[in-house]
Amino acid sequence: MTPEALREAVLALLGTIAPEVDLEEIRPSADLRDELDIDSMDFLRFVVQLEQRLGVSVPEADYPRIRTLDRCVAYLAEKGARELAPGARPEARS
Amino acid sequence: MAELRMPSLGADMEAGTLVEWKVKPGDAVRRGDLVAVVDTDKGAIDIEIWEDGVVERLLVPVGTKVPVGTALAAVRGEGAPEPTPPSAAAPEVAAPAAASPPAPTPIAPAERAPATPPAPPAGAARPRASPAARARARELGVDVGSVRGTGPDGAVTIADVEASAAPRGPSPMRQAIAAAMARSKREIPHYYLAADVDLSRALAWLAEENARRSVADRLLPAVLLLKATARAARAIPEVNGFHVDGAFRPSEAVHLGVAISLRQGGLVAPALHDVDRRPLGELMRDLTDLVTRARKGGLRSSELSDATLTVTSLGDLGAGAVYGVIYPPQVALVGFGKILTRPWAADGRVEARPVVTATLSGDHRVSDGLRGAQFLAELARLLETPEDL
Repeated sequence: MTPEALREAVLALLGTIAPEVDLEEIRPSADLRDELDIDSMDFLRFVVQLEQRLGVSVPEADYPRIRTLDRCVAYLAEKGARELAPGARPEARS
Repeated sequence: MAELRMPSLGADMEAGTLVEWKVKPGDAVRRGDLVAVVDTDKGAIDIEIWEDGVVERLLVPVGTKVPVGTALAAVRGEGAPEPTPPSAAAPEVAAPAAASPPAPTPIAPAERAPATPPAPPAGAARPRASPAARARARELGVDVGSVRGTGPDGAVTIADVEASAAPRGPSPMRQAIAAAMARSKREIPHYYLAADVDLSRALAWLAEENARRSVADRLLPAVLLLKATARAARAIPEVNGFHVDGAFRPSEAVHLGVAISLRQGGLVAPALHDVDRRPLGELMRDLTDLVTRARKGGLRSSELSDATLTVTSLGDLGAGAVYGVIYPPQVALVGFGKILTRPWAADGRVEARPVVTATLSGDHRVSDGLRGAQFLAELARLLETPEDL
Protein backbone atom coordinates (compact mmCIF):
# COMPACT_ATOMS: atom_id res chain seq x y z
CA MET A 1 0.00 0.00 0.00
CA THR A 2 1.24 3.50 -0.71
CA PRO A 3 1.95 5.78 2.26
CA GLU A 4 -1.05 7.90 1.28
CA ALA A 5 -3.35 4.89 1.18
CA LEU A 6 -1.94 3.70 4.48
CA ARG A 7 -2.48 7.10 6.01
CA GLU A 8 -6.08 7.16 4.81
CA ALA A 9 -6.68 3.64 6.11
CA VAL A 10 -5.25 4.49 9.53
CA LEU A 11 -7.31 7.67 9.73
CA ALA A 12 -10.42 5.69 8.86
CA LEU A 13 -9.71 3.26 11.71
CA LEU A 14 -9.05 6.14 14.10
CA GLY A 15 -12.36 7.63 13.01
CA THR A 16 -14.17 4.59 14.34
CA ILE A 17 -12.42 4.95 17.71
CA ALA A 18 -12.90 8.71 18.09
CA PRO A 19 -15.88 9.51 15.87
CA GLU A 20 -16.37 13.10 16.90
CA VAL A 21 -12.82 14.18 16.09
CA ASP A 22 -12.08 16.02 12.86
CA LEU A 23 -9.44 13.66 11.42
CA GLU A 24 -8.06 16.39 9.14
CA GLU A 25 -6.86 18.20 12.26
CA ILE A 26 -4.66 15.41 13.60
CA ARG A 27 -1.06 16.56 13.82
CA PRO A 28 0.99 13.75 12.32
CA SER A 29 3.84 13.87 14.81
CA ALA A 30 1.76 14.25 17.96
CA ASP A 31 0.89 11.41 20.30
CA LEU A 32 -2.43 9.96 19.10
CA ARG A 33 -3.64 9.43 22.65
CA ASP A 34 -3.50 13.18 23.26
CA GLU A 35 -4.73 14.18 19.81
CA LEU A 36 -7.80 12.01 20.04
CA ASP A 37 -8.33 11.88 23.81
CA ILE A 38 -8.31 8.09 23.80
CA ASP A 39 -7.42 5.75 26.66
CA SER A 40 -5.58 2.44 26.80
CA MET A 41 -8.73 0.48 25.98
CA ASP A 42 -9.38 2.60 22.88
CA PHE A 43 -5.74 2.17 21.89
CA LEU A 44 -6.01 -1.62 22.22
CA ARG A 45 -9.11 -1.56 20.01
CA PHE A 46 -7.07 0.39 17.45
CA VAL A 47 -4.32 -2.25 17.59
CA VAL A 48 -6.91 -5.01 17.11
CA GLN A 49 -8.23 -3.14 14.05
CA LEU A 50 -4.69 -2.84 12.65
CA GLU A 51 -4.50 -6.60 12.70
CA GLN A 52 -7.99 -7.30 11.42
CA ARG A 53 -8.13 -4.63 8.69
CA LEU A 54 -4.49 -4.21 7.69
CA GLY A 55 -3.06 -7.60 8.57
CA VAL A 56 -0.33 -6.35 10.92
CA SER A 57 -0.06 -7.74 14.47
CA VAL A 58 1.70 -5.20 16.65
CA PRO A 59 3.46 -6.75 19.66
CA GLU A 60 3.10 -4.76 22.89
CA ALA A 61 6.82 -4.02 22.80
CA ASP A 62 6.28 -2.15 19.51
CA TYR A 63 3.53 0.16 20.81
CA PRO A 64 5.93 3.14 21.03
CA ARG A 65 6.49 2.74 17.29
CA ILE A 66 2.83 3.44 16.46
CA ARG A 67 2.11 6.28 18.86
CA THR A 68 1.97 9.03 16.26
CA LEU A 69 0.29 9.03 12.85
CA ASP A 70 3.63 9.39 11.02
CA ARG A 71 5.31 6.63 13.00
CA CYS A 72 2.32 4.37 12.67
CA VAL A 73 2.23 4.73 8.89
CA ALA A 74 5.97 4.08 8.65
CA TYR A 75 5.70 0.99 10.87
CA LEU A 76 2.80 -0.44 8.90
CA ALA A 77 4.64 0.13 5.63
CA GLU A 78 7.66 -1.66 7.04
CA LYS A 79 5.51 -4.60 8.09
CA GLY A 80 3.83 -4.90 4.72
CA ALA A 81 0.35 -3.79 5.64
CA ARG A 82 -2.37 -4.50 3.15
CA GLU A 83 -6.11 -3.88 3.21
CA LEU A 84 -8.09 -6.94 4.24
CA ALA A 85 -11.73 -7.39 3.39
CA PRO A 86 -13.91 -7.19 6.50
CA GLY A 87 -14.16 -10.65 8.02
CA ALA A 88 -11.01 -11.91 6.29
CA ARG A 89 -8.65 -13.77 8.60
CA PRO A 90 -5.26 -12.10 8.87
CA GLU A 91 -2.28 -14.39 8.33
CA ALA A 92 0.04 -14.63 11.27
CA ARG A 93 2.70 -11.99 10.78
CA SER A 94 4.58 -9.80 13.20
CA MET B 1 -50.71 -10.21 37.15
CA ALA B 2 -47.39 -8.55 37.83
CA GLU B 3 -46.32 -5.08 36.82
CA LEU B 4 -43.08 -3.94 35.24
CA ARG B 5 -42.30 -0.66 37.00
CA MET B 6 -39.97 2.20 36.13
CA PRO B 7 -36.80 1.18 37.98
CA SER B 8 -34.53 3.46 39.92
CA LEU B 9 -31.29 3.50 37.99
CA GLY B 10 -29.25 5.55 40.41
CA ALA B 11 -29.36 7.01 43.89
CA ASP B 12 -30.64 10.33 42.62
CA MET B 13 -33.01 9.25 39.86
CA GLU B 14 -36.60 10.46 40.19
CA ALA B 15 -38.07 9.92 36.74
CA GLY B 16 -37.27 8.53 33.34
CA THR B 17 -38.66 8.86 29.83
CA LEU B 18 -39.79 5.74 28.02
CA VAL B 19 -38.33 6.00 24.52
CA GLU B 20 -38.91 2.54 23.06
CA TRP B 21 -40.84 -0.61 23.70
CA LYS B 22 -39.06 -3.80 22.64
CA VAL B 23 -42.08 -6.00 23.31
CA LYS B 24 -45.79 -5.89 22.52
CA PRO B 25 -48.85 -7.46 24.12
CA GLY B 26 -48.78 -11.21 23.65
CA ASP B 27 -44.97 -11.51 23.59
CA ALA B 28 -43.50 -14.11 25.91
CA VAL B 29 -40.63 -12.80 28.01
CA ARG B 30 -37.99 -14.50 30.10
CA ARG B 31 -36.17 -13.10 33.10
CA GLY B 32 -33.35 -10.88 31.87
CA ASP B 33 -34.92 -10.06 28.50
CA LEU B 34 -34.61 -6.44 27.40
CA VAL B 35 -38.14 -5.09 27.16
CA ALA B 36 -37.84 -1.30 26.90
CA VAL B 37 -35.43 1.60 26.54
CA VAL B 38 -35.60 4.46 29.05
CA ASP B 39 -33.86 7.79 28.70
CA THR B 40 -32.31 9.13 31.91
CA ASP B 41 -29.70 11.66 32.94
CA LYS B 42 -27.19 8.90 32.32
CA GLY B 43 -28.30 8.32 28.77
CA ALA B 44 -30.48 5.64 27.20
CA ILE B 45 -30.67 2.52 29.34
CA ASP B 46 -32.07 -0.88 28.37
CA ILE B 47 -34.61 -2.17 30.90
CA GLU B 48 -34.62 -5.86 31.78
CA ILE B 49 -37.64 -7.75 33.04
CA TRP B 50 -37.23 -9.72 36.25
CA GLU B 51 -39.57 -12.60 35.71
CA ASP B 52 -40.87 -14.94 33.04
CA GLY B 53 -44.29 -14.27 31.63
CA VAL B 54 -46.39 -12.91 28.82
CA VAL B 55 -46.83 -9.20 28.17
CA GLU B 56 -50.45 -8.35 28.76
CA ARG B 57 -50.67 -4.58 28.28
CA LEU B 58 -48.26 -1.71 27.73
CA LEU B 59 -49.36 1.02 30.12
CA VAL B 60 -47.08 3.89 29.19
CA PRO B 61 -46.77 5.27 25.65
CA VAL B 62 -43.45 6.02 24.05
CA GLY B 63 -42.26 9.54 24.80
CA THR B 64 -43.76 9.76 28.29
CA LYS B 65 -41.70 10.79 31.30
CA VAL B 66 -42.81 8.99 34.46
CA PRO B 67 -41.62 8.88 38.07
CA VAL B 68 -39.64 5.92 39.36
CA GLY B 69 -42.08 3.22 40.46
CA THR B 70 -44.77 3.92 37.85
CA ALA B 71 -46.23 0.78 36.32
CA LEU B 72 -45.00 0.53 32.74
CA ALA B 73 -46.57 -2.74 31.66
CA ALA B 74 -48.76 -5.53 32.95
CA VAL B 75 -47.16 -8.96 32.67
CA ARG B 76 -49.04 -12.19 33.18
CA GLY B 77 -47.03 -14.86 34.99
CA GLU B 78 -46.72 -18.17 33.16
CA GLY B 79 -49.61 -20.46 33.94
CA ALA B 80 -51.91 -17.64 35.01
CA PRO B 81 -55.26 -17.59 33.25
CA GLU B 82 -55.99 -14.91 30.65
CA PRO B 83 -57.78 -12.04 32.34
CA THR B 84 -61.18 -10.78 31.27
CA PRO B 85 -60.98 -7.70 29.04
CA PRO B 86 -59.42 -4.84 31.07
CA SER B 87 -61.82 -2.37 32.67
CA ALA B 88 -61.44 1.36 32.32
CA ALA B 89 -60.03 1.49 35.85
CA ALA B 90 -56.41 1.25 34.64
CA PRO B 91 -54.75 4.60 35.44
CA GLU B 92 -54.31 6.88 32.44
CA VAL B 93 -50.87 8.28 31.88
CA ALA B 94 -50.83 11.83 30.51
CA ALA B 95 -49.92 11.89 26.83
CA PRO B 96 -46.61 13.62 26.15
CA ALA B 97 -46.67 17.18 24.82
CA ALA B 98 -46.24 17.17 21.05
CA ALA B 99 -42.54 16.92 20.38
CA SER B 100 -42.61 17.57 16.62
CA PRO B 101 -40.04 20.04 15.28
CA PRO B 102 -41.28 23.57 14.59
CA ALA B 103 -42.81 24.10 11.13
CA PRO B 104 -40.09 25.13 8.68
CA THR B 105 -40.00 28.84 7.88
CA PRO B 106 -38.81 29.98 4.47
CA ILE B 107 -35.04 30.52 4.46
CA ALA B 108 -33.79 33.61 2.65
CA PRO B 109 -31.14 32.75 0.00
CA ALA B 110 -28.88 35.39 1.56
CA GLU B 111 -28.10 32.87 4.29
CA ARG B 112 -25.37 31.22 2.22
CA ALA B 113 -22.61 30.16 4.58
CA PRO B 114 -18.89 29.49 3.91
CA ALA B 115 -17.84 25.86 3.54
CA THR B 116 -16.16 24.44 6.65
CA PRO B 117 -14.37 21.11 7.17
CA PRO B 118 -15.43 18.42 6.48
CA ALA B 119 -16.10 20.15 3.20
CA PRO B 120 -19.56 19.73 1.69
CA PRO B 121 -19.74 18.12 -1.78
CA ALA B 122 -17.95 20.19 -4.40
CA GLY B 123 -20.17 22.87 -5.87
CA ALA B 124 -22.38 23.21 -2.79
CA ALA B 125 -21.85 26.63 -1.26
CA ARG B 126 -24.43 26.17 1.45
CA PRO B 127 -24.17 23.53 4.18
CA ARG B 128 -27.11 21.16 4.18
CA ALA B 129 -29.20 21.44 7.28
CA SER B 130 -32.79 20.50 7.85
CA PRO B 131 -35.21 23.33 8.48
CA ALA B 132 -35.52 21.98 12.02
CA ALA B 133 -31.79 22.24 12.54
CA ARG B 134 -31.77 25.76 11.14
CA ALA B 135 -34.63 26.74 13.40
CA ARG B 136 -32.84 25.36 16.42
CA ALA B 137 -29.73 27.20 15.35
CA ARG B 138 -31.65 30.49 15.19
CA GLU B 139 -33.16 29.72 18.58
CA LEU B 140 -29.76 29.13 20.11
CA GLY B 141 -27.95 31.90 18.27
CA VAL B 142 -25.73 29.46 16.39
CA ASP B 143 -24.38 30.11 12.89
CA VAL B 144 -25.34 26.98 10.97
CA GLY B 145 -22.46 27.55 8.57
CA SER B 146 -19.95 27.13 11.36
CA VAL B 147 -21.39 23.87 12.65
CA ARG B 148 -19.79 20.58 11.66
CA GLY B 149 -22.49 18.29 10.30
CA THR B 150 -22.67 14.65 11.23
CA GLY B 151 -25.82 13.78 9.31
CA PRO B 152 -25.97 12.15 5.86
CA ASP B 153 -23.51 13.81 3.44
CA GLY B 154 -22.26 16.08 6.21
CA ALA B 155 -25.64 17.64 6.84
CA VAL B 156 -26.01 19.57 10.06
CA THR B 157 -28.44 17.95 12.50
CA ILE B 158 -30.27 19.38 15.48
CA ALA B 159 -27.87 17.50 17.72
CA ASP B 160 -24.94 19.13 15.93
CA VAL B 161 -26.46 22.55 16.48
CA GLU B 162 -27.15 21.91 20.14
CA ALA B 163 -23.67 20.58 20.67
CA SER B 164 -22.30 23.71 19.14
CA ALA B 165 -24.33 26.17 21.18
CA ALA B 166 -22.80 28.11 24.04
CA PRO B 167 -23.12 26.24 27.33
CA ARG B 168 -26.41 26.98 29.08
CA GLY B 169 -25.95 25.72 32.58
CA PRO B 170 -25.19 22.16 33.60
CA SER B 171 -26.43 19.30 31.45
CA PRO B 172 -28.85 16.80 33.01
CA MET B 173 -25.99 14.36 33.47
CA ARG B 174 -23.85 16.93 35.21
CA GLN B 175 -26.76 17.82 37.47
CA ALA B 176 -27.30 14.17 38.32
CA ILE B 177 -23.64 13.68 39.16
CA ALA B 178 -23.67 16.87 41.24
CA ALA B 179 -26.71 15.74 43.19
CA ALA B 180 -25.32 12.27 43.88
CA MET B 181 -21.89 13.53 44.93
CA ALA B 182 -23.30 16.28 47.13
CA ARG B 183 -25.58 13.80 48.82
CA SER B 184 -22.68 11.42 49.33
CA LYS B 185 -20.56 14.06 51.02
CA ARG B 186 -23.47 15.21 53.17
CA GLU B 187 -24.40 11.77 54.41
CA ILE B 188 -21.30 9.61 54.35
CA PRO B 189 -18.42 10.29 56.74
CA HIS B 190 -15.53 9.50 54.39
CA TYR B 191 -12.06 8.39 55.44
CA TYR B 192 -9.21 7.92 53.01
CA LEU B 193 -6.30 5.50 52.87
CA ALA B 194 -3.56 5.04 50.27
CA ALA B 195 -1.08 2.28 49.57
CA ASP B 196 1.68 2.06 46.99
CA VAL B 197 1.64 -1.30 45.24
CA ASP B 198 4.63 -2.79 43.42
CA LEU B 199 3.29 -4.06 40.09
CA SER B 200 6.54 -5.46 38.70
CA ARG B 201 5.45 -9.09 39.01
CA ALA B 202 1.94 -8.36 37.79
CA LEU B 203 3.08 -6.48 34.69
CA ALA B 204 5.81 -8.99 33.87
CA TRP B 205 3.25 -11.78 34.09
CA LEU B 206 0.85 -9.74 31.94
CA ALA B 207 3.48 -9.12 29.24
CA GLU B 208 4.22 -12.86 29.02
CA GLU B 209 0.53 -13.71 29.00
CA ASN B 210 -0.21 -11.18 26.25
CA ALA B 211 2.68 -12.43 24.15
CA ARG B 212 0.96 -15.84 24.25
CA ARG B 213 -2.48 -14.49 23.39
CA SER B 214 -3.78 -13.26 20.07
CA VAL B 215 -4.06 -9.48 19.68
CA ALA B 216 -7.82 -9.55 20.07
CA ASP B 217 -7.50 -11.42 23.39
CA ARG B 218 -4.91 -9.14 24.99
CA LEU B 219 -5.51 -8.18 28.61
CA LEU B 220 -5.17 -4.67 29.97
CA PRO B 221 -3.68 -4.10 33.46
CA ALA B 222 -7.16 -2.85 34.44
CA VAL B 223 -8.59 -6.38 34.57
CA LEU B 224 -5.85 -7.47 36.96
CA LEU B 225 -6.60 -4.50 39.19
CA LEU B 226 -10.34 -5.18 39.06
CA LYS B 227 -10.07 -8.86 39.85
CA ALA B 228 -7.65 -8.25 42.72
CA THR B 229 -10.03 -5.61 44.07
CA ALA B 230 -12.96 -8.02 43.90
CA ARG B 231 -11.05 -10.81 45.66
CA ALA B 232 -9.84 -8.41 48.35
CA ALA B 233 -13.47 -7.32 48.85
CA ARG B 234 -14.36 -10.98 49.50
CA ALA B 235 -11.77 -11.03 52.27
CA ILE B 236 -12.86 -7.71 53.84
CA PRO B 237 -16.65 -7.60 53.42
CA GLU B 238 -17.07 -4.21 55.09
CA VAL B 239 -16.22 -2.53 51.80
CA ASN B 240 -18.74 -4.45 49.72
CA GLY B 241 -22.44 -3.78 50.13
CA PHE B 242 -24.97 -1.07 50.87
CA HIS B 243 -25.81 1.26 53.72
CA VAL B 244 -29.59 1.39 53.71
CA ASP B 245 -32.11 2.38 56.41
CA GLY B 246 -29.38 3.10 58.90
CA ALA B 247 -27.65 -0.26 58.62
CA PHE B 248 -24.96 -1.96 56.57
CA ARG B 249 -26.13 -4.83 54.37
CA PRO B 250 -23.12 -6.74 53.08
CA SER B 251 -23.52 -8.13 49.59
CA GLU B 252 -23.13 -11.81 48.83
CA ALA B 253 -21.79 -11.05 45.40
CA VAL B 254 -19.04 -8.69 44.33
CA HIS B 255 -20.27 -6.60 41.41
CA LEU B 256 -17.73 -3.88 40.72
CA GLY B 257 -18.94 -0.55 39.43
CA VAL B 258 -16.43 0.60 36.82
CA ALA B 259 -16.20 4.37 36.52
CA ILE B 260 -16.19 5.17 32.80
CA SER B 261 -15.75 8.68 31.45
CA LEU B 262 -17.95 9.55 28.50
CA ARG B 263 -16.45 11.21 25.47
CA GLN B 264 -18.88 14.13 25.61
CA GLY B 265 -18.11 14.68 29.28
CA GLY B 266 -19.78 13.02 32.20
CA LEU B 267 -19.32 9.82 34.08
CA VAL B 268 -21.18 6.57 34.56
CA ALA B 269 -20.23 3.57 36.70
CA PRO B 270 -22.05 0.44 35.49
CA ALA B 271 -21.46 -2.90 37.15
CA LEU B 272 -19.31 -5.81 36.04
CA HIS B 273 -20.89 -8.79 37.72
CA ASP B 274 -19.20 -11.40 39.94
CA VAL B 275 -15.73 -10.09 39.21
CA ASP B 276 -14.07 -12.24 41.86
CA ARG B 277 -15.16 -15.46 40.21
CA ARG B 278 -14.57 -14.97 36.53
CA PRO B 279 -11.49 -15.68 34.42
CA LEU B 280 -9.44 -12.70 33.25
CA GLY B 281 -10.17 -13.24 29.55
CA GLU B 282 -13.89 -13.18 30.16
CA LEU B 283 -13.56 -10.07 32.35
CA MET B 284 -11.61 -8.32 29.61
CA ARG B 285 -14.27 -9.08 27.01
CA ASP B 286 -17.05 -7.95 29.32
CA LEU B 287 -15.19 -4.81 30.35
CA THR B 288 -14.62 -3.88 26.70
CA ASP B 289 -18.28 -4.49 25.95
CA LEU B 290 -19.33 -2.46 28.99
CA VAL B 291 -17.16 0.52 28.03
CA THR B 292 -18.45 0.40 24.45
CA ARG B 293 -22.07 0.36 25.58
CA ALA B 294 -21.45 3.05 28.20
CA ARG B 295 -20.18 5.35 25.46
CA LYS B 296 -22.60 4.42 22.70
CA GLY B 297 -25.74 3.63 24.59
CA GLY B 298 -27.13 0.23 25.46
CA LEU B 299 -26.34 -0.07 29.16
CA ARG B 300 -28.83 -2.23 31.03
CA SER B 301 -30.82 -1.31 34.09
CA SER B 302 -29.22 -4.10 36.13
CA GLU B 303 -25.80 -2.70 35.32
CA LEU B 304 -26.73 0.68 36.73
CA SER B 305 -28.15 -0.57 39.98
CA ASP B 306 -26.12 -3.66 40.84
CA ALA B 307 -22.68 -2.32 41.75
CA THR B 308 -21.67 -3.27 45.29
CA LEU B 309 -18.33 -1.43 45.22
CA THR B 310 -17.02 1.04 42.65
CA VAL B 311 -13.52 1.30 41.20
CA THR B 312 -12.16 4.39 39.52
CA SER B 313 -8.93 4.43 37.59
CA LEU B 314 -7.47 7.65 36.32
CA GLY B 315 -4.14 6.13 35.44
CA ASP B 316 -4.33 6.89 31.75
CA LEU B 317 -4.81 10.55 32.51
CA GLY B 318 -1.80 10.94 34.72
CA ALA B 319 -3.27 11.46 38.18
CA GLY B 320 -0.95 9.90 40.75
CA ALA B 321 -3.74 8.99 43.11
CA VAL B 322 -7.48 9.53 43.24
CA TYR B 323 -9.37 10.15 46.47
CA GLY B 324 -12.86 9.62 45.22
CA VAL B 325 -16.39 10.16 46.46
CA ILE B 326 -18.40 7.09 47.42
CA TYR B 327 -21.56 6.42 45.35
CA PRO B 328 -24.41 5.98 47.81
CA PRO B 329 -25.72 3.51 48.91
CA GLN B 330 -22.32 1.84 48.45
CA VAL B 331 -19.88 2.05 51.35
CA ALA B 332 -16.50 2.37 49.67
CA LEU B 333 -14.68 3.44 46.53
CA VAL B 334 -11.37 2.07 45.30
CA GLY B 335 -9.09 4.31 43.26
CA PHE B 336 -6.03 3.61 41.13
CA GLY B 337 -3.66 6.28 39.88
CA LYS B 338 -1.18 6.18 37.05
CA ILE B 339 1.25 3.28 36.99
CA LEU B 340 4.59 5.04 37.28
CA THR B 341 8.13 3.80 37.35
CA ARG B 342 9.47 4.83 40.73
CA PRO B 343 12.43 4.02 42.96
CA TRP B 344 11.49 1.07 45.14
CA ALA B 345 13.43 -0.43 48.00
CA ALA B 346 13.54 -4.22 48.14
CA ASP B 347 16.14 -6.67 49.45
CA GLY B 348 18.32 -3.83 50.68
CA ARG B 349 18.54 -2.29 47.18
CA VAL B 350 16.77 0.55 45.45
CA GLU B 351 15.67 -0.09 41.89
CA ALA B 352 13.13 1.22 39.40
CA ARG B 353 9.80 -0.59 39.55
CA PRO B 354 6.31 0.08 38.17
CA VAL B 355 4.24 1.24 41.12
CA VAL B 356 0.60 2.25 41.41
CA THR B 357 -1.04 4.14 44.25
CA ALA B 358 -4.22 2.34 45.30
CA THR B 359 -6.67 4.29 47.46
CA LEU B 360 -9.70 3.41 49.50
CA SER B 361 -12.42 5.89 50.36
CA GLY B 362 -14.37 4.28 53.18
CA ASP B 363 -17.68 4.92 54.89
CA HIS B 364 -16.72 5.38 58.53
CA ARG B 365 -20.18 4.25 59.68
CA VAL B 366 -19.36 0.82 58.31
CA SER B 367 -15.61 0.33 58.51
CA ASP B 368 -12.70 1.75 60.45
CA GLY B 369 -9.25 2.53 59.17
CA LEU B 370 -7.97 -0.83 60.39
CA ARG B 371 -10.31 -2.79 58.14
CA GLY B 372 -9.66 -0.40 55.30
CA ALA B 373 -5.92 -0.88 55.71
CA GLN B 374 -6.39 -4.64 55.75
CA PHE B 375 -8.33 -4.38 52.50
CA LEU B 376 -5.51 -2.48 50.80
CA ALA B 377 -2.92 -4.89 52.18
CA GLU B 378 -4.87 -7.84 50.77
CA LEU B 379 -5.20 -6.05 47.42
CA ALA B 380 -1.43 -5.53 47.28
CA ARG B 381 -0.80 -9.15 48.24
CA LEU B 382 -3.10 -10.43 45.49
CA LEU B 383 -1.35 -8.27 42.88
CA GLU B 384 1.97 -9.82 43.87
CA THR B 385 0.77 -13.25 42.74
CA PRO B 386 -0.89 -12.39 39.41
CA GLU B 387 -0.79 -16.00 38.23
CA ASP B 388 -3.38 -16.80 40.92
CA LEU B 389 -5.82 -14.13 39.82
